[in-house]
Amino acid sequence: MIFVTVGTQEPFDRLIRAMDEIVPELGDQEIIVQAPLKTYKPIHFKTFDFINPSKYNNIFDRADLIISHAGMGTILSALTKEKSLLVMPRLVKYGEHRNEHQLHTAQKFKFLNYINVAEDEKQLQTILLNKKDQKLMIPKKMGKYASDELINSLRKYITIK
Amino acid sequence: MKILAVASVGGHWTELLRLLPAFEGNEIIFASTKQSVAETLEFSKFHVIPDINRNDKRKLPNALYKIFALVSSIRPDIIISTGALPGLLSIIAGKIYGAKTIWVDSIANVKELSLSGKIASRVADRTYTQWPDLTNKRCLFHGNVLS
Repeated sequence: MIFVTVGTQEPFDRLIRAMDEIVPELGDQEIIVQAPLKTYKPIHFKTFDFINPSKYNNIFDRADLIISHAGMGTILSALTKEKSLLVMPRLVKYGEHRNEHQLHTAQKFKFLNYINVAEDEKQLQTILLNKKDQKLMIPKKMGKYASDELINSLRKYITIK
Repeated sequence: MKILAVASVGGHWTELLRLLPAFEGNEIIFASTKQSVAETLEFSKFHVIPDINRNDKRKLPNALYKIFALVSSIRPDIIISTGALPGLLSIIAGKIYGAKTIWVDSIANVKELSLSGKIASRVADRTYTQWPDLTNKRCLFHGNVLS
């Protein structure tokens, strides 16, 4: 199952359109999509504006592949659950975000070998069509909490008078 | 010690939960911008605060009022936030009510601190970035939410 999730704050029609175009070519593939829509209405799947957290976690656990915007919540969930994640960053030039931090996040996390990145719709579709031949990277499992260094530094600072 | 931990729904909230072991042994009260995130918490106190961003100037007075009211009713010893703007407002309120304030800038900010983070680094008692190359005299690096 492919789980597409773009967060609840803003629509990301460019990703939804790209998925809608490519889904018929992926064969018999279950797909679940969480996305508020702006104007585009997909024909090959229905979408959910919001999925409550327990149901969301359940779908996330079941998915073979997560496709999302470069939102940190999704990236961190994929890392802790050892899920293959393909990210397409929101871009300022399409009015998808206020600044370019999704692009920078995507580049940095790709560089550190945590996620797969599609820079645009074309690349996203190409990766999906070829995914049987080229295995997508699955991240090394990450713990539930922050690094010990950060936890210890915070704990120390909280304790001192 | 009474800790108020504040983060907007989404990535900010996920990052906040990854800091939980740092708060062990203290009374912890959470605040976020959507009630449904409380589903993932057990036994903890939780408050909803208004969701605003910097394009929502009209909502600012109400958000300020609600956040200041919350901080003044809780009177926490410590306020910690991982963002975004509602978290910054909580830090400012905390400063006024005498709490020790901590800002952890989101790991999503890889090139520069968020705008809220830049302001927080001038207001909060301590500010962390999660990338070593973004440190400066107002902003520390001691690891990040990855592990």
